[in-house]
Amino acid sequence: MQVPASFDYERARSVDEALELLRRHGEEARVVAGGHSLLPMMKLRLAGPEVLIDINDLTELDHIDLVGDELRVGALTRHRALLESESVGRYFPIVHDAERVIADPPVRNRGTIGGSLCQADPSEDLSAVCGALHARAVIRGAEGERVVSMADFHQGPYETAVGVGEMLVEVRIPVLPGAGSAYEKVERKAGDWAVAAAGVALTLREGRIADAGVGLAAVGAGALNLHAVQTLMNGSEPSEALYEEAGRVASANCSPVTDSRGSEDYKRHLAGELTRRALRRAVARAARSTAREA
Amino acid sequence: MTTVDEPAVAPEERPIGFGRMKRKEDPRFVRGKGRYVDDIKLPGMLHGAVLRSPFAHARIVSIDTSAAEAHPKVRAVVTGETLAGLGLAWMPTLSMDTQAVLATDKVRFQGQEVAFVVAEDHYAARDAIELIDVEYEPLDAVVNARHALAPEAPVVRDDLEGRTDNHIFDWEAGDADATEEVFARADVVVGQTMLYPRVHPAPLETCGAVASMDPVDGRLTLYSTTQAPHAHRTLYAMVAGLPEHKIRVVSPDIGGGFGNKVGIYPGYVCAIVGSILTGRPVKWMEDRSENLMSTSFARDYHMTGEIAATREGRILGVRVKVLADHGAFNSTAQPTKYPAGFFHIFTGSYDIEAAHCAVTGVYTNKAPGGVAYACSFRVTEAVYLIERMVDCLADELGADPAELRMLNLLRPEQFPYENKTGWTYDSGDYPACLRKALDIAGYEELRQEQREKRARGELMGIGLSFFTETVGAGPRKHMDILGLGMADGCELRVHPTGKAVVRLSVQTQGQGHETTFAQIVAEELGIPPEDIDVVHGDTDQTPFGLGTYGSRSTPVSGAAAAVVARKVRDKARIIAGAMLEVAPDDLEWTKGRWSVKGDPAVTRTIQEIALAAHGSLELPDGVEGHLEATTVYNPPNLTYPFGAYICVVDVDPGTGTVKVRRFVAVDDCGTRINPMIIEGQVHGGLADGVGMALMEIIGFDEDGNCLSGSFMDYLLPTALEVPAWELDHTVTPSPHHPIGAKGIGESATVGSPPAVVNAVLDAIGVRHADMPLTPSRVWQALDRGEVEAPQ
Repeated sequence: MQVPASFDYERARSVDEALELLRRHGEEARVVAGGHSLLPMMKLRLAGPEVLIDINDLTELDHIDLVGDELRVGALTRHRALLESESVGRYFPIVHDAERVIADPPVRNRGTIGGSLCQADPSEDLSAVCGALHARAVIRGAEGERVVSMADFHQGPYETAVGVGEMLVEVRIPVLPGAGSAYEKVERKAGDWAVAAAGVALTLREGRIADAGVGLAAVGAGALNLHAVQTLMNGSEPSEALYEEAGRVASANCSPVTDSRGSEDYKRHLAGELTRRALRRAVARAARSTAREA
Repeated sequence: MTTVDEPAVAPEERPIGFGRMKRKEDPRFVRGKGRYVDDIKLPGMLHGAVLRSPFAHARIVSIDTSAAEAHPKVRAVVTGETLAGLGLAWMPTLSMDTQAVLATDKVRFQGQEVAFVVAEDHYAARDAIELIDVEYEPLDAVVNARHALAPEAPVVRDDLEGRTDNHIFDWEAGDADATEEVFARADVVVGQTMLYPRVHPAPLETCGAVASMDPVDGRLTLYSTTQAPHAHRTLYAMVAGLPEHKIRVVSPDIGGGFGNKVGIYPGYVCAIVGSILTGRPVKWMEDRSENLMSTSFARDYHMTGEIAATREGRILGVRVKVLADHGAFNSTAQPTKYPAGFFHIFTGSYDIEAAHCAVTGVYTNKAPGGVAYACSFRVTEAVYLIERMVDCLADELGADPAELRMLNLLRPEQFPYENKTGWTYDSGDYPACLRKALDIAGYEELRQEQREKRARGELMGIGLSFFTETVGAGPRKHMDILGLGMADGCELRVHPTGKAVVRLSVQTQGQGHETTFAQIVAEELGIPPEDIDVVHGDTDQTPFGLGTYGSRSTPVSGAAAAVVARKVRDKARIIAGAMLEVAPDDLEWTKGRWSVKGDPAVTRTIQEIALAAHGSLELPDGVEGHLEATTVYNPPNLTYPFGAYICVVDVDPGTGTVKVRRFVAVDDCGTRINPMIIEGQVHGGLADGVGMALMEIIGFDEDGNCLSGSFMDYLLPTALEVPAWELDHTVTPSPHHPIGAKGIGESATVGSPPAVVNAVLDAIGVRHADMPLTPSRVWQALDRGEVEAPQ
């Protein structure tokens, strides 16, 4: 059995207490929620925090609420809750697409959206999903809350905008009329990290694409919002020619590397292929929701 | 040669003898009450952990253990130097090589054992490992076997006197000249280079041991994850100079072996040394990464095959050159005479005029071991080679792979069949087996569907494999491991009340021995299986034998169990004669009782006979009381299970993703003892095959760093990657085995990988691509018509 080095353990009873503990212990402290990334890293002794601050009792962070024109998802919301949420499925089918292929049921029972985003693994699915949805992250610290875009939140592999003494408390996703979204992922086996994945979200306004968001996973940094593809799509009428071009641009605007999951050129190919597929499905879903809303 | 039908047994019917029954061992497993090595806790037990090399190849400049020794919970720190003082720094391998227990001069693969810490608990042992300061001088590593024999290649084994290269052995089988002759006159010759990549058995339970040396009476008790407790005991006696009668090796419940637990690992030896040094029991249990990175791998065979045929598709000859990567120490487990295992059964199931193979073994800076993993001593590689070559030939000729196989399969009247590399196949009706598989699959309809799909640009593939195994090693005159002959003992005792205990020399790791062997005895004696206790895995409790691997339990030990039961039955006849006051020759046996010929009402059950055998009944002169017997079974030949497998896949042309849609497996393992256990074994082996074909590989970077040290990187298939298996069988009993059984443990692992690979290549229209056929590699093969060998 792999065992971690020794560490202290604190169980926070409120967000304020968690923040106080984080402030007190500084850089040596890590928040643990689902623990499915942190604990294996500790067992492999790749991570060695001196203090773990357990936030699993903070039910105030476990919620999915529709507030005005946005969905507010607490950072402690489990993958399973997202997958079972009817409103998430209705407004953001991309989330259900992704959740179905994130790890396996035992992991989804424990793992949280906040943990996924804060781990900031370059192959992580929800970062690409939230990027495509133009979600915003609410970060709380002693000084209060600040709200940042996903592009600002995700600062690189394993790096986020969450500073020492701060924590991610909520994710806010805009609910837009006529929206459609989809997520496509290739993995070597069920539950594997993505070889590559693409998320697309958009709305249809009078037959033209608007609010386009395209986020890719596992194909290098800076792909959570592919501006070049989004610009191409916004204002365009959906067509196979557009999908082809979007795929081509996505493929050209990512920076995958060869590893045991696949070669660089294959991942670049997938970036295009999966963007096309996700786009196609997102448009079809948007057309359906437009029809339903009308 | 006849194919016999299995008698239908209703599932709810409890057989006395052969038939479908639930496993006797499962009540404890499904309740979580199995007792594995890691469940063993002895009073005062300490915990060991191994410090491993971060480099594939490096000279050890110095090792400073002072900080680890100063740790308050540490009781001992052992290094190669400590062991050298005891004469234990190196140990012999199962292939007559030597292997470092703890490195002294240099490290030769990433993950090699460098030091061993014994501490009060597992956490402290792990912490203390990080306090050991080792200074290394990194050296260039030999990673790819294809470069191992280059003149400039670094020498891995400079510890061996006079060694100036990485060559281990050359070995050949068959007739090179005769093969050359048939190749010269063949209409068609097809060549193909292929790699069977390095894979890992990856049992759920990793390897480990609890060593307890009693400082008073000098007795060593070793609980360990071993598939061969008796062989291990003898080797410990030979290596460590401990008297064999003072060593007890116990193999408790084992969570999967697949060959991974055949060898002796440095950790076991370290646990023993730890116990000797501290006077307390020491547990060492490796973690998942250690298991994947340092214990016996399998395969790593670089093969260049050639097949020669007539224009009509009659196969004339096959030849192959193999470069075998044995890692840093040659510790493969196989019969001494055969350094390439049974690879020379690569002529497969076909009537071939001539064949030849030449195998060269080399050292590399990779983990040692090899041969393990449900491969029947390299039959896996052999079957993969011939079944790929046949498909390459079909591709060249534009022939249907099923028709080409049918044309060349051995015919029933050719058995017993002497193949061209020295094997005598015992029995089989191959065409009937293949025909059955084709019928179940609906082969013609599948080809029709494939044609229609191709016209629409959809990729669907149908892959076949017909395999012949050679298992049940083996006849003593041909087969030994380190001089220990491969015969197996068995002891049977019937208690006064008619219950029985049978003691085996083989050890189950999940195969269901406690049920299968009870059924074998039940079939012979008519005692219900639930009344028969099967004892195994403890050298103090069982007769000598070489253990469970290479599908040898039923062919060898199963035969021993039947023979010993027949001895008891013969003795029961004499006792029944005394009871009934008739001559034993006047009695006839029906299952469970001896009766007077022509007067079946005058009868004694085996239970009545058992009681009489222990009672006051006067026995004939020279007949001892009680009802028991022992035997040692020396197999006259190996057994040859076979099967026909058909795999259907769909490939996504945009992503290269493979979906295994169907898998039809028709197996023939001779007499079927418990069909439910057979099916379980086949299910597992087929999943193994899908895993190897599509996702499994122990990969390395150019510096020799292992890239597959966790289940995030070493992928095992799950229920989501495999279809609902479609199983059937034929039955051609082995003529030389007492009950006609051939063994089934590895058939599916051996036979399935080429069926999956052939299906994928059939779908994408590419002649060859090496495993694992991950989406990336399939896409590259689709894109370019080929893909480079994996590393």
